[in-house]
Amino acid sequence: MSALTFSLKKPLQFAINCAALTPDGLANLTLNEIAALTLHHGKQAVRVDELFDISGHDNASLRFLNATQQLDYLGANMRSGRIDISGDAGAYLGFGMKGGEIRCLGNTRDLAACNMQNGLLVIHGNTGDFLGGAAAGLRKSMLGGTVVVKGHAGDRVGDQMRRGLILIEGNAGDYCASRMLAGTIGVLGKVGSYAGFSMHRGTLLLTAQPDLHPTMQACGSHTLPFLNLLFKSFAPYSQAFASLKSLRAARWLGDAANKGMGEILIVC
Amino acid sequence: MIINGIQIDDTFAEAFNMRGTRVIITAQNLKWAYHAAHAMTGFATSVIGCGVEAGIEAEISSELSPDGRPGLSILMFAMGSKVLMQQLETRMGQCVLTCPTAAAFAGITSDEPINLGKNLRFFGDGFQTSKLIGGKRYWRVPVMDGEFLCEESTGMVRAIGGGNFLILATSQSAALAAAEVAIAAMQRLPNVIMPFPGGVVRSGSKVGSRYAAMFASTNDAFCPTLKGVTQTELSSDIESVMEIVIDGLSFDDIALAMEAGIAAICALGSASGVKRISAGNYGGKLGPHHFKLHTIMGNKQP
Repeated sequence: MSALTFSLKKPLQFAINCAALTPDGLANLTLNEIAALTLHHGKQAVRVDELFDISGHDNASLRFLNATQQLDYLGANMRSGRIDISGDAGAYLGFGMKGGEIRCLGNTRDLAACNMQNGLLVIHGNTGDFLGGAAAGLRKSMLGGTVVVKGHAGDRVGDQMRRGLILIEGNAGDYCASRMLAGTIGVLGKVGSYAGFSMHRGTLLLTAQPDLHPTMQACGSHTLPFLNLLFKSFAPYSQAFASLKSLRAARWLGDAANKGMGEILIVC
Repeated sequence: MIINGIQIDDTFAEAFNMRGTRVIITAQNLKWAYHAAHAMTGFATSVIGCGVEAGIEAEISSELSPDGRPGLSILMFAMGSKVLMQQLETRMGQCVLTCPTAAAFAGITSDEPINLGKNLRFFGDGFQTSKLIGGKRYWRVPVMDGEFLCEESTGMVRAIGGGNFLILATSQSAALAAAEVAIAAMQRLPNVIMPFPGGVVRSGSKVGSRYAAMFASTNDAFCPTLKGVTQTELSSDIESVMEIVIDGLSFDDIALAMEAGIAAICALGSASGVKRISAGNYGGKLGPHHFKLHTIMGNKQP
């Protein structure tokens, strides 16, 4: 069966909430029923088939073609299945995702993997701020799952992250791992200022020494056998990360201003 | 049954249900993995006095070990799950946590996880950190040589203990030499351990005693120095008996180990001094698992 495909007819003036268009949400719906669903575009409720050309039959596997950064909440709360996005995605990609797999070939706006709980999100381009961050008002953000960014990420990656794995093959912006509670973030490129700001626990894995703020405490360089386990676990997601071999890392703990025990490991 | 001049008695070994677990211990090199493993499996010959029966199952190459370092797999057996859990935690804390460079990982999966590092982590006094990697939780406990890495739990499975056979020979040295050959053959097999010193026990026991406080005592029927005063099982030419006890994860594992061990002895021939192979049982009334020597060695008969 061919993937259920949504091809955007024309560029959108406003962002639309695509949370309804998930494999779980569309399960057991016919093409006519899917076409008749309504999404909000500005103040108007618009039928799905007014926005997208719809084709294909496999509701467990969705494809978005000509996708733009006006498509918010793609894959929100999905529990199973797969979504492939040709083009960009808007904000809140994979919001509250509980399972399945999303692959975005382009870039995304802010708050990708916001409050994600499980599953796999792969972004081949760049992503905005608050990757794996928390929705407004929540004290914990990502609770599980794996996020892989092949490009760069913006500021506040993993802000208040509680569990899970974020791998960024490019650079990350300022305040990476800020207020992090647990989990693992890896960045192969550079990170901006204030990495680990107000970090409580968790691991930020880097390959280059960042400019750290004074309340991150240097704990020396060590050989850490657990890194072997960690690197091997990266293999299904990122060959770039899986190719890390050195078990020797400089360890920084903090943020002392928050009585934190978070660690920044800089692999030598 | 006679194989290569050695008589195989028409009897059986009687074995019992146990609970078992497997732990993988790795270290900087095999030398230190052995230090940890020997400490952890020390004083673990018999549940009668030690609580558990434990032994080193096999070496694990760095390519196959969880953390890329050489290691050893350890099997541990007890009569009940509570004892097994207590002994595992105690031995982990005193023997593996303390051993330089050692780390510990689950060696078996089951629906019944038991604590491996779950409580050991508190040794870290708040400085310990956990990592959930590939769905498994690991604890990193800061220690003076760096970090003690330990998986949170391992599996507990139903197992069998007390498989055995007896080597009856014309001299003590002949019995022991044959036992060593058997142990070497059996140690190549997975899922079994021979928990006694060097894999061999010289003090086989019977149930009960003339002393009320003793629930097991020397197996006088197989003691060569008592031939004239007890209902002996030994002929006049037998001067020494050695026993090999086997614990395993399944009936077939133990049966295979017994076959390998007895076959190795039989290959030595009667000229080695070994005259008979027998087995210990309690008349079939105590243990539900019966390892019949003739059945096990049936396909080895010339």
